[in-house]
Amino acid sequence: MGAKRRAKELLIHIFFLVVGASGIIVLTLILLFLIMEGLPVFDTVSVRAFLFGTMWYPTHYPPDFGILALIAGSASVVVLSSLLAIPLGIGSAIYLAEIAHPKVRAVIKPTIELIEGLPTVVIGFFGMIVVAPFLQETFGLTTGLNLFNASVMLAFMAVPTIASISEDAIYGVPAHMKEGSMALGATHWETIARVILPASLTGISTAVILGISRAIGETMVVLMVAGGAAIIPESIFDPVRPMPANIAAEMGNAPFRSDHYHALFAIGLVLFVFTFVFNMIAAHLAQKHKQVGAASL
Amino acid sequence: MEFSGTKRRKIVQHAAFTVIRAAVYINVCALIVFLAFIAVQGISAISWEFLTQAPRRSMTEGGIWPCIVGTVYLSIGSIAVAFPLGVGTAIYLNEYAGSGRWVRIVRMGIVNLAGVPSVVYGLFGLAFFVIWLKMGVSILAGSLTLGAFILPLVIGSSEEALRAVPQANREASLALGATRWQTIYRVVFPEALPGMITGLILGMSRAAGETAPIMFTAAVFFSREMPSSIFDEVMAMPYHIYVLATAGTEIEKTRPLQYGTALTLMALVLGMNLAAILIRNRLQKKRL
Repeated sequence: MGAKRRAKELLIHIFFLVVGASGIIVLTLILLFLIMEGLPVFDTVSVRAFLFGTMWYPTHYPPDFGILALIAGSASVVVLSSLLAIPLGIGSAIYLAEIAHPKVRAVIKPTIELIEGLPTVVIGFFGMIVVAPFLQETFGLTTGLNLFNASVMLAFMAVPTIASISEDAIYGVPAHMKEGSMALGATHWETIARVILPASLTGISTAVILGISRAIGETMVVLMVAGGAAIIPESIFDPVRPMPANIAAEMGNAPFRSDHYHALFAIGLVLFVFTFVFNMIAAHLAQKHKQVGAASL
Repeated sequence: MEFSGTKRRKIVQHAAFTVIRAAVYINVCALIVFLAFIAVQGISAISWEFLTQAPRRSMTEGGIWPCIVGTVYLSIGSIAVAFPLGVGTAIYLNEYAGSGRWVRIVRMGIVNLAGVPSVVYGLFGLAFFVIWLKMGVSILAGSLTLGAFILPLVIGSSEEALRAVPQANREASLALGATRWQTIYRVVFPEALPGMITGLILGMSRAAGETAPIMFTAAVFFSREMPSSIFDEVMAMPYHIYVLATAGTEIEKTRPLQYGTALTLMALVLGMNLAAILIRNRLQKKRL
């Protein structure tokens, strides 16, 4: 009887071990299929020409598969949206954790979590029909669908991520550190700037990196509002074509297993590598200095 | 001198707090403008007919019933995939696994899975489910792709629910002679279930709002027939908004339809999120 019971327990243990591997299996499959469908493009174009070529004309004859302009598109929207979202996100986090009345915090904190769930297609839609005409008129542009518009909408999307994880980190700073600083005569702001923020820096960095990583991979917003021109931008009001937008816009028209099809998977692979690196950095930071709540990943 | 130093520091603090408050106000204003615009424009477009009828005249008139049905199917299908796998993974990580090397790899995998861009899930779904497993563009392929997409979220919230079960409950059960599995099944799981339901609702809401993973795996512009099996393609609300707003021949004419669909989708997604947050807050209060 004891042996039978032990055997059953062992079987159940093995079952959960297998189910528990599902996440890693899916990740491996994703990487495997990106490689399998992406690498054949390098039979037609060299890795160097692919990554550093500035011409993206996949349907011309002969076609050009240079994705530098797409990488530049992604990089420019990510940098500009970070410049907007990081101060706003961290500012909101400080406000919630340190300044806001507990009752205000109790309302705003769940509201932020609620916004994190907004469908990105609706955010893109708003950017198209409200922000774009506004920009076009205010600045006298030929099109309001551009780098700046996409960055603003991405920032709107990234602020809740940055704010809620940073807030967890700031809120998790032990009370005695804050009390010690105040007891030494520091003002509340001096305590925040010199004690609390340095103490929660790793958690805040995790938040920022995860926010940026989301912005790199976000598809619908840049597909709808970035303008779609595969050029290296020279001004913040130039239209751009970030990598996810390019994949989403062209996959439907690329003939199965054509060079174009393989090139789009190769772009997916580049995107995968970018976000993978960012997530590893975030995970490393989070582990190095364990924080409470969502910042612990 | 000392006095003026203190005063200066007070002024600095005042200035810093003003800047921080301004940051919060910018966020709140942006959110209010966004929600108000979609709500006001959307409400005038929504009627009983809009919600219950199919599109007419090449999608320039009529309603969005097939899109609602498609989104609900995909949302249910994806959670049917992700919930068992997610809960199972969480049970493994929290109840069985120690802190060995394999567990670190599994956790690393989940963290990275959560960061994979949604359009890459779309590519994966196309190459693996649609083409390699020959499912075609279908509810099944879309549900599996979305299921993979929401898996990390379901794992995260299920683990949180399991962690909240006091260690003493497990020890008491084991001390009474119950096996590991009996303890999990009869003691830990029932206690953690309400928390896991939060993850289930959040996962469904996330799947309902996503566009990129279903673009090449499940969704179509228009389909004359309602789907009759999981091997059929479907219309879905997020894709419907995208297509009407960008690819239609009469973008201006279908504006009301776009607003109406956007509001319906937002109401569905935010409603589910709100339900999940309320359940979680009640659970937290009960524990305190």
